[in-house]
Order: sequence, then C-alpha cells, then structure tokens
Amino acid sequence: MSSIQKIDRRDFVKLFGLASGGIILGCSVASDNKDFIPSTQIESFNPNLFIHLQKNGNVTLIASRSEMGQGIRTSLASAIADELEADWQYVSVEQAIGHEKYGNQNTDGSRSVRTRLAPMRKMGATAKMMLITAAAKKWNVAETACKAENHFVINKNTNEQIFFGDLVAAAANLPIPKEKNIQLKKVEDFKYIGKTLKSVDLKDFTHGTATYGIDVRIPNMKFAAIARSPVTFGAVKTFNKDKAEKVAGVEAIFEMPRLVPPTGKFFGMLGGVAVIANNTWAAFQGKLDLDIEWNKGPNENFDSDAFKEILTKKVQETGKLVPGVRGDVSTAFDAAAKTVEATYHVPFLAHAPMEVPNATAWFQGDKIEVWAPVQDPQTARSELAHFFEIPVENITVNVTFLGGGFGRKSKSDFVVEAVAISKKIKAPVQVVWTREDDIQHSFYHATSAQFLKGSMDNNGKVTGWLQRVGFPSIVSSFKPLSDYGSGFELNQGFTNNPYAIENFRLENAKAEAHLRIGWMRSVVHIHSGFGINSFVDELAFAAQKDPVQFHLDLLGKDRIIQGKSKFPFNSKRFKNVLTTTAKMANWGEKLPEGHGLGIAIHYSFYSYVATVVEVSVLDKKVKVENIWTTIDCGLALNKDNIKNQLEGAAIFGMSLALYGKISTKDGAVAQNNFFDYQMTRMKDAPKIHINIVDAMHEPPTGVGEPGVPVIAPAICNAIFNATGERVRSLPLSDLGMV
Amino acid sequence: MNINLSINGNTHAVQVQEDMPLLWAIRDIVGLTGTKFGCGVSQCGACSVLIDGKLTKSCSIPVSDAVEKEIFTIEGSSENLEFLRQAWTEGNVPQCGYCQSGQLIAATSLLDSIEKPTDTDIDEAMSANICRCGTYTRIKKAIHTAVQLKNETR
Repeated sequence: MSSIQKIDRRDFVKLFGLASGGIILGCSVASDNKDFIPSTQIESFNPNLFIHLQKNGNVTLIASRSEMGQGIRTSLASAIADELEADWQYVSVEQAIGHEKYGNQNTDGSRSVRTRLAPMRKMGATAKMMLITAAAKKWNVAETACKAENHFVINKNTNEQIFFGDLVAAAANLPIPKEKNIQLKKVEDFKYIGKTLKSVDLKDFTHGTATYGIDVRIPNMKFAAIARSPVTFGAVKTFNKDKAEKVAGVEAIFEMPRLVPPTGKFFGMLGGVAVIANNTWAAFQGKLDLDIEWNKGPNENFDSDAFKEILTKKVQETGKLVPGVRGDVSTAFDAAAKTVEATYHVPFLAHAPMEVPNATAWFQGDKIEVWAPVQDPQTARSELAHFFEIPVENITVNVTFLGGGFGRKSKSDFVVEAVAISKKIKAPVQVVWTREDDIQHSFYHATSAQFLKGSMDNNGKVTGWLQRVGFPSIVSSFKPLSDYGSGFELNQGFTNNPYAIENFRLENAKAEAHLRIGWMRSVVHIHSGFGINSFVDELAFAAQKDPVQFHLDLLGKDRIIQGKSKFPFNSKRFKNVLTTTAKMANWGEKLPEGHGLGIAIHYSFYSYVATVVEVSVLDKKVKVENIWTTIDCGLALNKDNIKNQLEGAAIFGMSLALYGKISTKDGAVAQNNFFDYQMTRMKDAPKIHINIVDAMHEPPTGVGEPGVPVIAPAICNAIFNATGERVRSLPLSDLGMV
Repeated sequence: MNINLSINGNTHAVQVQEDMPLLWAIRDIVGLTGTKFGCGVSQCGACSVLIDGKLTKSCSIPVSDAVEKEIFTIEGSSENLEFLRQAWTEGNVPQCGYCQSGQLIAATSLLDSIEKPTDTDIDEAMSANICRCGTYTRIKKAIHTAVQLKNETR
C-alpha cells in the first residue's frame, strides 16, 4: 500500500481541506472507503476517488452525479481526462454509489458542471502530476523536463516516452501533491473541454443494454405495485382483496401506512395497498382488481379550476410584500401616460419521465441495499436510515441510469416504498409505478397566477412595474402550512428581475398546497419566464415599439450586479444573446401570411438565454415552425451535448405550452396517461437552431434547465404577432389552438 | 401455459399466463430488458418490437399472439438496425436513452418498408414514439444518415 493511503481522514481534510468543492482530493482510508483501497499487489493507480488507472492503460473515471440524459457522465469524465492528458479511447465511466465522500451528489439545479468542473479538473491534474513525477524519477530528470500527452509521459529532452499504464506501480507509491501546487491547463490548451465528445453510453443506449432502475434484476426478487389514494394524503379505510388474490402470480397483498416525513426534510411515502407478485404484470393486474374504500382526508374537495379562480382573485388584491421595492409604483401609475395590466396562468404540471418511478430494494435485517434511478442518492440514503432505523453506513444506494428525471427523481418516495415492502416480505423487491401512478401521484410543478401592471411615459419608457404572484410552495412538501413562496422560489425570476425600472414592487399571494409540490425542470422560472416575457411583449405593443428594442431598453445601460453570487449578472451578456438570436431569426423581416415571430429572454441558473419562435396559425390551429435559441453558459464543457440539451428544452417547453395541464376534481388528478397528458411528438417538432456563445473564459453556468422558461412565452408572443390574439393562460390545447 | 417464444432467432421455453402482454413476458419472464415499459396503453412506443417484421407495441398484445412468430427486439441485429445504430452514434442522438430502444425499432420498421423515407414519411412513422428528452430533430436526421450510410456501402 502506498504511504499516502495511510494518512487518516482527518489529516486529509487538514491537508487538502475541502477546497475542491467538498471532495477530498486524495484517497482516504476511512473504513467506509475500503472499496477504493488497492490490494497490496499494486494493480492500479488510484490517486483519488475518481480515477482508477490500470496497468493496461485503461482508466475508469467515477461519475458522482446521476445520469438522466443531461450527459453528465461524459461531461465530467472529459474534464478529468483533459487534465489527466488521457487518451479518450482508454476511458470508461463507472457510476458512484450514494456517499458523501463524493461531495454533494444531488443532481438538480443545473449545477453539476458549475460546481464540479473545477474539482474534477483538479483530480485529473493531480494524477497527471504524479505520473509525471514517476516518469521523471525513472529517467532521473527534473519533472519540468517532462510532459504528459495522450496517455504517455514524454521526456522533452530525449523524446523518450512511457505509457501511463507502465507508470501505475511507481505512481501509486508517490505522495499526493499539495493542492496549491496543482497546475491547471489554460483554456487554449484544452483537448476535450469546450469541444464535442459523444456520450460514453451510446453503445448501451443503442443496444438496449443500459441498466435503468426498472431493468435491475436480483435473484429471487418480487415485483410490487401500489394502489395509492386518489386524493393526496388520503388513507385506506377498508379494502377487499378477494379478486386480486386470484390473479395468477400474485403472492401477497397488504396495507402500507403512509410514512410522514419529519418537518423540514425528506419526502416519506404516500402509503396505500401493496400487491406483491412474481412479475410486474401480475402486480399491476392485482392492483386493478383491488376494491378499496378511502378516507379521502383534507384534500377531498380540491378542484383545480376553482383554485385557479381563487388564485386569480388573490393576485388582484394586495399581497404580502416581497423585499426589493424600488420607488413607488402607485405614484408611477398615477403619473403614467398609459398603464397596462394582465393576469397569467400556468397549470399544475407533471414531469412524466419515460421511465416511471421505480426502485429495487433488499432489506436484510441489519442492512439495506437499494438499486434505483435517483437524482439525490445521499438524501435517499439518509431518508432510509431515518425511516427504517438502520445506521446510514449499512445502507447502500446504487445509482442506475435514469430514464429521464426532470426533478421527479430527486424525491425518493418510491425508494422508501420498495424498502418498506422488502422489509415486510423479507425478500428483494422491485416497486414499479404504472404511468397512471406517475401522472396521478407526482410532486407537481405548482400552478400559478400572476398579475402584472406596468406604466409608461409618453415616450413608451416603462416607469412602474407591479407583479403579484401566487403559487403553492415546494416547501409545503417538507413543511405543512407553508403557504407563501419561499426565498429560493421567488428568486427564480421574480426578485432577480433584471429590468432597470425606477418603480418596482413585487407581492406574493397566499396559496395552499393540496397536492404534493416539487421541482420540475427550471422550476419557478417556468411561470416567472412566462409572465414576465408575455407582459413585456404586451407593454411593447402598447408602446408601439419593437419587442427586441423594448427588451434592450428595459435592460438599460450595461451593468454588472454582483450581489453575494459567485456568478455576477452581466446585462451586456443578456443583451448579446437577445440581439444574436433576433439576428439568427431574421427578426424584422417580412413573414409569410399567417406566420408570426415571438421573442423571450430569461436568466436562470446563471445562464443567459434568448429564444425566438416562429409559428404559423391556420384555422386557429398553431404550428411551431422554428425555434432559435442562444445560450451564454460561460465555459461550454461539451458543445454538442449543450446543443442537445437546448433542443430537448425546446421540446419540453413546447409540451408544457401546448398540452401541459394537470387538473383535479374532487381532490383527484383527472389525467391518466399520455393520451390525456400529452407530449410533443415528432410531427409537431419544429426546426430547432441552437447557438452557444463563445465565453470560454467565464465560469460554466447551468445548461439542463435554462432552455425551458423562454419557450412558452416566445410561442405565445409569436401567436400574438401572427394573429393579434394574446394567450395568457396555458396550455394552448385548452384554447383549442392545437 | 407453456410456450416457446422465438426472440432474435433464439427459442425461449417459458411458462406464462396467456393474457400477459408480450412486453412483460419479454422483460420479466425471458429477462430481456432492452424493450421498455413507458405507458402500458400503446401511447408512447417505448415497448416497440417487430413481430414477423411488423411493428408492434408489445405492451398491448397478449403473449399468446406471438407464439410461433419471430419476435425482433433491440437486442437483435439486422442490416437496417445496424445502419441506424451507426447513424444514432454519429448524430449523438440519445439523451437519457430510455425511449431509444423503441425509436430504433420503429425506425428499423420504417427503413424495412421505405428505402428512402422523406421527412413526412419519418414524421408519420415516428410520431407514435414519445421522447420526453426531445431528441426528435436528431432522430430525424439520423434516419436520413442511416439511408446515406447504407447507400455508401453499396
């Protein structure tokens, strides 16, 4: 064993601190780390938790964030490989289990690259330095006389070279360099970063061999389906299982009480009646054959149409003042040449990832093992420790591929269900949700109502902006009776409004939650982006100004807003994406009859995005013809992957604009499956044109989510441009427009 | 009932309920998990397979209907599927990858019946398959690429 691996964990923290984004740079020997200690025979060089170099040159890089289609396994591996000077052909990627030693693994908020790029580069650079040191020793030359290139260390004087694999034994015995001595590459020298690398998982994706959660198979495992109360937080009153028991393959049926999360953390599980079978189909059939009477509970009368009316009314009245008032809107409104007001709605939405929620669990008395498509494996692990009273170190959460996540799989209620069942039946089990379960028992994107009022002077300059918003808070899923938007929610487009308007006021209306509320791709930005961009378009029309110029005027003079953020807001970058996109779309040129262009801009997850949409409207039916999007996300780690994300965001945004609506009647969700909760399909897909701003010297910012919020408002603004008809309430299908 | 299922040229002797949808027989009984569950009601195409060359949503036909027929899944190989795989790879098509088994099978069926599909042919053939990640632009392009690759090898 190398000496470095004898340093204990505390010394390591002292030596290397947590400077690398919460990841200890070196390999520690804490007992829970034994998987990563090589045997006494040195077969591989493991300078840190993320790099395992074999004697044959193969290098396994560990992916610490969940892969749900955002390409993170490839992106982070490419950052390590670049600094390591690895030849990509030798690289393979392995998924990390859920463990805090990898740093924060919660894959949400478009922050994997933003927070992990620097530490991953350091991991690669450290390993490269050690390989260079090992080679320098062999040649008996100074390290400065050596360089690494494409899986070899090269002696610059003699051009001799040693293959990385041949340095494994020597490098494994070296101390880890001090963090301050680690040199990172210059942007100009990047080999993989900022270029295009194809997904490392393409072979598996095209051969059906990628293992998603639903594909996990454990010897002697059972399959389970759960009938949950149609009304959120309802409970079983009585149930009859006679018919269900007769389904061939059904082995057990029992009631599962709801597990209520402690205030402030975790998600618990809904409970219901579980049907255990020897195959998925039998479990589904058994579930359909149950006869259950529910105690519907407090949400029994929840009707989303009525709720929309209530929210609409509330946002017409003065709400709770949100900090950040500028000037006095009332005075501005009184003095205005013109005022404009409008109310906007977005319904509840469900993520509907193609892979339904599912988890495989094996409760083994004193330990638990789980295989699941989770975005946040560490929280899942802590949650299991809490509910099942098993020490966290005895719980293993294996992270599979996620067949889409979009925020749904950051809530691990389905994992808790699988463990609860495994504990009861004393066997490994896979819980599979039906699509109906997924649509009807989600953690929904909150419905919202927004009232906006603006004033302008004789020149069409905006003088006052009042925005009132009401939506059930995500916090309600952790803390009952959280009836107002939280700071993190309001900061998604409302409080961080970038417009230079003298008189500005934001209010928040009370809104109770009657469904479980959660994050969905781009979260509150969905409705802030819709409301603000729609309203700016209305103001521009009222001012008889071009919407692009109007946005530019609102953004005011170039300025940088630092705040407490590591990522200051730069209005110049925002204007740049706006004008660039307008140019791409030939903004201002004459369009064919029945066509219209609409623009929207939105700053989210520290990225600047602008989108122009072209629609055609024929017999009141809308067709989205073209979408042009520009993103400035700072350093672009993997260009084609970013392009793919933005193409996908355009389609995701279209789905919610055209079809997205979850409604409730008598407390129960009315939609069932893809026939009544529709998605954009290929025949509806427009031509999509993506442009990535070259900003390689800026820090990387979000990519997975920022492409979404602009789509719905750009579509609706385009419809207005084409027809003069203003859409203020989504989705278009409700208005007969698709 | 005891039946033989012929999948990708291999025969599997299985014991199943005759009304079990083919999808679950393939996934849970035979153990080939490349064919995916997406909706269970023939709405998303994730479960697409070919039965005697005909594109079929395996979630919506009973396993008994597939007896004595040749079932082709994503684990299989055919000339068109291989060109499509190559095109999917060149175009870096998948995001999460989950729906791509069904997309590839649907595209194989399309190329099996139309040698050089137009955009409209592709829209028509592929609109039964949902991709929640939204890779439609790339799928369409990759189908054209596959046709090109095939022509180049001739």
